[in-house]
Amino acid sequence: MARRGNGIVAFSLVGVIVAMGGLAFASVPLYRLFCAATGYGGTPQIGRIANTESRGRMITVRFNADVAGGMPWRFAPAQAAITLPLGEEQPAFYSARNLASTSVTGVSLYNVTPEKAARYFRKIACFCFNEQTIEAGAEAQFPLVFSIDPAIADDLNTADVTTITLSYTFFPSLEAAKRSGAVATAGPHIGAAPARDPLIQRTN
Amino acid sequence: MTASTQDHAHDGHGYGHDGHHDHKPSFFVRWLCSTNHKDIGTLYLIFAIMGGLTGGALSIMMRAELAHPGVQIFSSGQHWNAVITSHGLLMIFFSVMPALIGGFGNWFVPIMIGAPDMAFPRLNNISFWLLPPAYVLIILGQVTGDGAGPGWTLYPPLSNSTFQGGPAGDFVLFALHLAGISSLLGAINFITTIFNMRAPGMTLHRMPLFVWSILVTAFLLLLAVPVLAGAITMLITDRNFGTAFFEPAGGGDPVLFQHLFWFFGHPEVYIMILPGFGIVSHIISTFSRKPIFGYLGMAYAMVAIGVVGFVVWAHHMYISGMDVDTRAYFMAATMVIAVPTGIKIFSWIATMWGGSIELEVPMLWAIGFIFLFTVGGVTGVVLANAGIDQVLHNSYYVVAHFHYVLSLGAVFSMFAGFYYWIGKMSGHQYPQTLGKIHFWMTFVAVNITFFPQHFLGLAGMPRRYVDYPDAFAGWNLVSSYGAYLGGVSMVLFVVICFMTFASKQKLADNYWGEGATTLEWTLTSPPAFHTFEELPRLR
Ligand code: HEM
Ligand SMILES: [Cu+2]
Repeated sequence: MARRGNGIVAFSLVGVIVAMGGLAFASVPLYRLFCAATGYGGTPQIGRIANTESRGRMITVRFNADVAGGMPWRFAPAQAAITLPLGEEQPAFYSARNLASTSVTGVSLYNVTPEKAARYFRKIACFCFNEQTIEAGAEAQFPLVFSIDPAIADDLNTADVTTITLSYTFFPSLEAAKRSGAVATAGPHIGAAPARDPLIQRTN
Repeated sequence: MTASTQDHAHDGHGYGHDGHHDHKPSFFVRWLCSTNHKDIGTLYLIFAIMGGLTGGALSIMMRAELAHPGVQIFSSGQHWNAVITSHGLLMIFFSVMPALIGGFGNWFVPIMIGAPDMAFPRLNNISFWLLPPAYVLIILGQVTGDGAGPGWTLYPPLSNSTFQGGPAGDFVLFALHLAGISSLLGAINFITTIFNMRAPGMTLHRMPLFVWSILVTAFLLLLAVPVLAGAITMLITDRNFGTAFFEPAGGGDPVLFQHLFWFFGHPEVYIMILPGFGIVSHIISTFSRKPIFGYLGMAYAMVAIGVVGFVVWAHHMYISGMDVDTRAYFMAATMVIAVPTGIKIFSWIATMWGGSIELEVPMLWAIGFIFLFTVGGVTGVVLANAGIDQVLHNSYYVVAHFHYVLSLGAVFSMFAGFYYWIGKMSGHQYPQTLGKIHFWMTFVAVNITFFPQHFLGLAGMPRRYVDYPDAFAGWNLVSSYGAYLGGVSMVLFVVICFMTFASKQKLADNYWGEGATTLEWTLTSPPAFHTFEELPRLR
């Protein structure tokens, strides 16, 4: 029997296993890059548009705000919606109040719907690019600047879009969650992780 | 080939491969340190029966709970979650895979290609012995604390430390790591054996279809399982070491886990069914006394299913927020799989067409397999429609679909293989009438159990809940009665096992007659401890 041959085959197969395992881990940064590049999953683009030539078409952007379970903030947009011409840079504001008795740091995640519009949604400046800290009981204003790429009107897939919803969800930053001892309170129907600190409890 | 003449039963090396034809090593050495492919196959089969009985007992508990609205048997929703998790994992990793791949694969792949054993006999031993500890970890995951209840799909956030805190969840993840390593070692062994150890004249295009099915399965394992291993490693570090691969607060994305899981998960469903395809092909050909119709088409249909199976995973994620173009792609790719699957079904029917069919017990199971698998394939194509799946996703319709292909398809192929080969493996004759009763009872039971679940799903009953609104009561009760009958047929199977081993009837080498043409039928029943030390030569 070809014993040496067996070794070669087995060795190459181990190589395949290592490669596939490596691919699983490589998928983490690749997935992020893929979403950023394609707007997959409603990931907006970051930075200015090269071509700002507007064709006078208007589009409405609606603003949504959420907080994750266990985040002791009240978080809301300052305006419900803005209608703007394609290509124009537009500021908007959100406000947040920390309801907890200690300072809390949060990070916000964002996406736009319909997801197919994400590749034309440009964020030029945003509070979501950084962690935000609010002192106990204090309130903060969060600004962002965005624009909609006029190319949205030329893409057959997105030509029908007249309204885009921009949504943010604030999570406690991992450190903040660790410090308070729990990320969220699980309901009684699933494995319970009782919050050890009254700080992290839903406010309503 | 090694012709040592000492008394190796006590030589303490425990390899058991240096004996003469029927010099078997002592009991301990033979079974614990076994390197003989037939003995390891037997161990896998016994293990798979144990896994199936435990997983089956859990399923009857679940149906007893769902027989009526309200919460009767389970102590909490989490208890329910833990039981469905154990049921799914036990059936997949500790029953179907060990039986079809480890059990029948180890027994018959070397024999069918005329090899004396597997390429790496000691690796084979390790592959098996990783499974019992994995099984213990699953049971620990069930009984520790509130139990681990992330479901077999392990989606975060449900599987993260917030919702499945404590060691139970980690036990389950480590169990999967062990089972995964076991499968990977097995896959390396099968591929090396099939590539390098075929007897002269046994070209790839003359290989029996069961060997082809195991070859394709081994490649699927090789490419899919490492991705699962990566994903659950990330889950373990998210749970225990503060990483945030799937934790939005730290910049991770739980949907990435779904992609990784189903990149493994969809090939995994074919890992469970392809060996069954192989077994059924042999049985249909044997009892129709005809060679299989379209042999090459059958072999390459399996290859095609394996290849396409890697690019359809997101049909499990239609409602995870994919855009319409992506859904359209995954929908089209998924439906393409129905083509090679259809080729197989039609080839089996064409093999039977005009054959002199004998309805022996294995043939009954094989025909039952074709029928039930086709029903499951049809509902699969329904689910493949992204638009329809918006409604049916995570409903009992999906449960009905995958039980028709798995617990009816794959399990029927396991029983078909059992009745086909048990005489060859053990040298004992199974009780024929009881075997037929076993088939009909199981066939009726599984249909009563799972067919109504289509109605429940279409009516909107979601899966994975311990309770349901009264409106769903009727068909749930019917389904539970079916499960009880299935429980009775499980007991009957255990009885049949005992009666088979008690039987004194002597069996011929080829007890199925001229329809059975593969190499295992040239050996005695049971075969000698060592076979094909002199390579057979194929005309
Ligand atoms: C014609 C071939 C098939 C097609 C088109 C198909 C399609 C699908 C689709 C679209 C789903 C997702 C449903 C949902 O979650 O909403 C699904 C689920 C599933 N299928 Fe299939 N399928 C096919 C064959 C098979 C086979 C052969 C097996 C296994 C032997 C299988 C096992 C499963 C399992 C286990 C699930 C459920 C996974 C879960 O959510 O837990 N399918 N199938
Ligand atoms: Cu699938």
